[in-house]
Amino acid sequence: AAMEVPLSHGLASRAAALATGYLCYRRGSPGRGLALRSLRRARREDIDDVGHKYYLELELEDVLDKDNTVNCTAEVLYHLGNKNTAPNVQFTLEGELKNTDEADNIFYNRIKSLEKELVAENIPDSHGNVPPEMEPIRLLAWVASGYVIWQNSTENTKFQLAQIKYVKQVKRSDEYLEFDYMILLHDMVSQEIIPWQMTVLWHPQHGVQVTQDSRQPKHA
Amino acid sequence: QVLRIVPTNDEELQKVQELQDLEELQLDFWLAPRGVGHPVDIRVPFPSLQPLKAHLEANGISYSIMIEDVQTLVDDEQMEMLRGRRGLPVSTNTFDYATYHNLDEIYAFMDLLVAENPNLVSKLEIGRSTENRPLYVLKFSKGGTNRPAIWIDTGIHSREWVTQASGVWFAKKIVQDHESKEGVASILDKMDIFLEIVTNPDGFVFTQTQNRMWRKTRSRHSGSICIGVDPNRNWDAGFGASGASGNPCSETYHGPYANSEPEVKSIVDFVKSHGNIKAFISIHSYSQLLLYPYGYTTTPVPDQKELHEISEKAVTALSSLYGTNYKYGSIITTIYQASGATIDWTYNQGIKYSFTFELRDTGRYGFLLPAREIVPTAQETWLALKVIMQHALDHPY
Repeated sequence: AAMEVPLSHGLASRAAALATGYLCYRRGSPGRGLALRSLRRARREDIDDVGHKYYLELELEDVLDKDNTVNCTAEVLYHLGNKNTAPNVQFTLEGELKNTDEADNIFYNRIKSLEKELVAENIPDSHGNVPPEMEPIRLLAWVASGYVIWQNSTENTKFQLAQIKYVKQVKRSDEYLEFDYMILLHDMVSQEIIPWQMTVLWHPQHGVQVTQDSRQPKHA
Repeated sequence: QVLRIVPTNDEELQKVQELQDLEELQLDFWLAPRGVGHPVDIRVPFPSLQPLKAHLEANGISYSIMIEDVQTLVDDEQMEMLRGRRGLPVSTNTFDYATYHNLDEIYAFMDLLVAENPNLVSKLEIGRSTENRPLYVLKFSKGGTNRPAIWIDTGIHSREWVTQASGVWFAKKIVQDHESKEGVASILDKMDIFLEIVTNPDGFVFTQTQNRMWRKTRSRHSGSICIGVDPNRNWDAGFGASGASGNPCSETYHGPYANSEPEVKSIVDFVKSHGNIKAFISIHSYSQLLLYPYGYTTTPVPDQKELHEISEKAVTALSSLYGTNYKYGSIITTIYQASGATIDWTYNQGIKYSFTFELRDTGRYGFLLPAREIVPTAQETWLALKVIMQHALDHPY
């Protein structure tokens, strides 16, 4: 049976962060990033021989338009013992997300028509600045990091994208855009800053894919 | 003075153009006449002001005074440039609170604040960091001897930049509001406020010069290649227990022993020798949380109910300004188990009103909070701090 978890409880906020990351990955684009606005309800169930399951009611917001919110229910299952299996996440959105076709296509065409591959670093910079033309690049990383966060989360982690250290476009002959990112993830629980490499593919009609990712060694 | 004229028709334009021929007035056109509707800016030497204005008025040409006194601006700029060569602030009124500053600028700010308010503010050096930087605390006091006091610290974790920036704002705010009833007048009538803005200066400089994400101190201990101790795991409360790391390379390394870090020891010594601190607030970012002890154990503190009620009130006040959502509770239930944490020690010393804040945001920018959020963050947090301070004032113990 599922028991109510106080909304301020650390375990509830970890599950909510994970669900949000996964959702963002599944539904995000360079024109749409989703963030957790508030956790409305959380229940937890300990399933013998399986793991811990959280039932969540979330309110999400569009990072580019904070007044644009959508409610969501999610189930997060952390598997017992097995550290190599990503948690299972399922969600249902109540309502529609804003259509971002126009913004996505503008970004797609802009990058496709670049003569030199795009290269950038430190997004945001030390003072939190993001140049406007870099916002879609940053959102793409936000969305893609949702995949990495989902794949590597446990009940004892709470990951957020802290910064893009470096991004380099990789030109492709097919219709996809490809970017090679070096990001920093922040784990709230251990307080560690973890460099992570990820190769990201995107196309307006085909969504975001992380085709390759690897944790990098920390500097001394 | 510098006057601005906007010719509204060809006739006015012609008259303004003719002014350029009046050599004896020695007019200096900063913006020459271009056409109808385009502004004309003229620097007018003092002796020519009266004649020119009379001439314009006689011809029905309206003007406005853009700069009342050019010399004052030149003098100020001269002074600013001398200071500006070192990039240092000139007064706490012209200081830019909406941007991030380096250590020199913050230390210069402190000296300015003291110089501008010698009867209210003084600066104490409570120790030196590992790299021998002075550890400064500002004392706000209206007098008395060893009055009951409130302690606030920011920047103990160096990468949490919105906290040091907020500390600077709090310092100015206390000065601005020290006589106002809605401000801190009644608090300062009976209590002193101590504010340590850069609690970890070595770490802070490192975030500016080498690694923006540095959290810990910069100490080296017993032969590890890794540097630094987590100053929020180094206090003598459940030291070394679960909730901190024994690995020097970890971000939550507790250090070789409690109070090994001078940044921590100096506060411990200060608190013990003062002996009359009644509220202790340590400020971090990010997560938007208000926390009370314990972090090292699930056993609730004896004053849990009261601290929880204060937290609720403080968070309500904070939210009232911009709608920012905070959660609150004990450290261990709200974020994680943490041993050797600051407020666990201060609480066990008998400082009942011990709180930790985690300021904006909830992860969108995290540690890299845009500078435009500094002032709103400081403003809303201040409302919560006043609730805590007022409660400490109203409930002496």
